[in-house]
Amino acid sequence: MENFTPIQSLLGGLLIGLASALVFLFNGRIAGVSGIAGGVLRFQRSDLGWRLLFVFGLLIGGAVWGFFDASAFDVVPRSYGSLIAAGLFVGVGTQLGSGCTSGHGICGLSRFSGRSLAAVLTFMVTAAITVALMHGPLTEAAR
Amino acid sequence: MKQQSVAFIAGLVFAAGLALGGMTLPSKVIGFFDFSDGFASWDPSLAFVMGGGLLVFMPVLRLAQRRGRPIFGDRFRLPTRTDIDLRLIGGAALFGIGWGLAGYCPGPALASAGYALTSGAFADSLVLVLSMLVGMKLAQRFFTPRSIPE
Repeated sequence: MENFTPIQSLLGGLLIGLASALVFLFNGRIAGVSGIAGGVLRFQRSDLGWRLLFVFGLLIGGAVWGFFDASAFDVVPRSYGSLIAAGLFVGVGTQLGSGCTSGHGICGLSRFSGRSLAAVLTFMVTAAITVALMHGPLTEAAR
Repeated sequence: MKQQSVAFIAGLVFAAGLALGGMTLPSKVIGFFDFSDGFASWDPSLAFVMGGGLLVFMPVLRLAQRRGRPIFGDRFRLPTRTDIDLRLIGGAALFGIGWGLAGYCPGPALASAGYALTSGAFADSLVLVLSMLVGMKLAQRFFTPRSIPE
């Protein structure tokens, strides 16, 4: 467990919780990133604005953080094909499954949603299986 | 306008939390799911990210609901469905495969893409985000209706 960072990760989680709390308490919305980003792609004028601004906030927040602390970002060796496939899986999966790590993981579990618990367990298991396969049959294919 | 300001600030704070928590490090995400040598090199940090998020959001959710309505909105919008169907499980399964494959879930992918756009480094996240948006649009187009509330 050489890379274990419990304090930073807990603090990061508290900030994510704070951001979700702001969106819910002030706007009455669930701060699920895939839900908000997916909503942008529906181009419904009435609520495009706040969705776009949340996404801009994420993009700019990442840029500003990286400016001061580039070590917060890295890459793993993946071919363009793997990255495109991963993006498609994430995009299709989060729309079909109505959420991702934030919507189901933070907001859904906070309100004891059975659907969210089922989704979280499912995507955790398939992620772990995928990572396990990357050590074996998928190792070369993914690079 | 007020709602948009809150959303922007929340996006900034959200990105900071992801970066601080280690979610924007695909190597760390994959380390969380990696049990190839048992628990010897397992990195459980990401569980602390989720724990921190729940620690804040769980009480705020209840306090907010007791208030009756959001500060800048007319009502709270929460999902109402309770059935666990194939679409939910299948979608979550696909998402997990994508997450494990490259180490990016949607929030960190967007925050990393913001960094990539301004620094020129780590274009991987940009490729993934573009592909993710295509995937989202495809799913919306070919699989309706949706279960997310407006």
